[in-house]
Amino acid sequence: MKPNDALFRREAARLLATLTRAFGVENLALAEDVVQETLANAFEAWSYNGVPAHYSALLARAAKNRALDVFRRERTVRKFAPELGRLIESEWTLRPAVDAMFLPDALKDDELRMMFTCCHPRLAEDVQVALVLHLLCALGVDEIASAFLVSPAAMEKRLSRGKKLLAESGPLFELTAADFLPRLSAVHRALYLLFSEGYHGASARAVVREELCWDAMRLVRLLVDHAPAATPATYALAALMWLLAARLPARIDDAGNLKDLFEQDRSRWDEALLAEGTRLLEQSASGEVLTEYHIEAGIAGLHATAASASETRWEQIVQLYDVLLRIRPSPVVALNRGMAIAQHEGPAKALEAVRAIADANRLAAYPFYPAVLGELELRSGRIDVARGHFEQARRLARNEGERRFLDDRLEKCAAMAHS
Amino acid sequence: MNEFVFLWRRPQRPPRTPQQMQETMEKYFAWFKDMEARGHLAQYGQPLEPKAGRVVKDKSGNFSDGPYAETKDIVMGYSLITAKDFDEAVALVKDHPIFDEGGVIEIRPILKL
Repeated sequence: MKPNDALFRREAARLLATLTRAFGVENLALAEDVVQETLANAFEAWSYNGVPAHYSALLARAAKNRALDVFRRERTVRKFAPELGRLIESEWTLRPAVDAMFLPDALKDDELRMMFTCCHPRLAEDVQVALVLHLLCALGVDEIASAFLVSPAAMEKRLSRGKKLLAESGPLFELTAADFLPRLSAVHRALYLLFSEGYHGASARAVVREELCWDAMRLVRLLVDHAPAATPATYALAALMWLLAARLPARIDDAGNLKDLFEQDRSRWDEALLAEGTRLLEQSASGEVLTEYHIEAGIAGLHATAASASETRWEQIVQLYDVLLRIRPSPVVALNRGMAIAQHEGPAKALEAVRAIADANRLAAYPFYPAVLGELELRSGRIDVARGHFEQARRLARNEGERRFLDDRLEKCAAMAHS
Repeated sequence: MNEFVFLWRRPQRPPRTPQQMQETMEKYFAWFKDMEARGHLAQYGQPLEPKAGRVVKDKSGNFSDGPYAETKDIVMGYSLITAKDFDEAVALVKDHPIFDEGGVIEIRPILKL
């Protein structure tokens, strides 16, 4: 994906953040209208002449002029952001105040503040992520609904619930506020979920998924570039995303098949992303706090530096999974740990570990649970048992890619049974 | 060669996400680039403001507001295209993205003496 493939979305998100700051969060719908109008005009004009080089400045100027119109028209009837206060009452002060809001640096800051606003502690994680996608990635309701496999109506409801709470939350979140750090970890979590949805997500549309990864990376980059938010955990989260994104070109082969880590053509891993991920990982190694992102990035880093699956330092990876399970217990993590054990100590030990997963019932609908069991049984030479697991996994598969991946496994079972 | 004015007529703005806008815009623009490359583009022309306009009715300057919001296909812009004849002009807009949006194209030859 070229960076400009999403320029309308990127610009929409930036303008929305600034307009929301200017109008106040309670006027979010008004800000959304102004963004829509601004982009619609750009759409008409650029359909003829293409996108000009200085599109960002042009859009900012157009949105600013619309904002000025709104202030002039509605300053007596509507309550705007307290930050502007009485500055909007007079032409002497209105224009300079609004001009200052649309300076490039201010635009960037507003996106950060919008991100922290969306991660309000009273909102559930799934609502936070939906808001981030809608307000900071400018994805439409249908687009988000399809990425999360829920109905558009359900997503609409989730978003309006979130927006209602935002409207009551006053001005955009101040990055100097006392609850900055607790909220930073909510922001991390939302961006992590956003990236994961793109990377491992259940959506059937492969293209949308990859876009979610790039969106998460763009937003985490804002954190890295903003001093108070650039904590070791932020660097670790960024490192994780860069190291995983480097593997994206190899995750789907030329025929469109999903490839697991063992089968990937490692020469297709993106060198530049790997180098940046490694650099970010080094920068994360300061301070006292060890987060789950450090561990996950560490695991991704070990994979990134290994020439092949067999030359990977699996013992170390198992140890990192042990730590990860202590920090954030999750049956999915335990399952991944099982695969690492298989590499390190063989399938028998791995089966023991996977069968011992305490809350495995939470994996009942997760196709990779039976798929891992199948893989381990196959490696133990129990082909019939393996086939049963793969068949169950295939019934649970959520998209075409997963189904083809499992069909491939079933064929492997058949081939092994014949030989 | 003859010159034709192409009037781009479309319903007013359909609801679109930023991504849809960008993708549609790129299709429109690709058509213009194609026309230019094939030597059919006399002038890109201009888009027109869809929400404002005046129709002046008489010498004293009385006017009504237009374009007409209730009309399905208001003129959203114009371009100047060269083509051998009507048949070729019509063939040039085969598969044009405007049809995906419920729009139509009015093709008018420039009058010659």
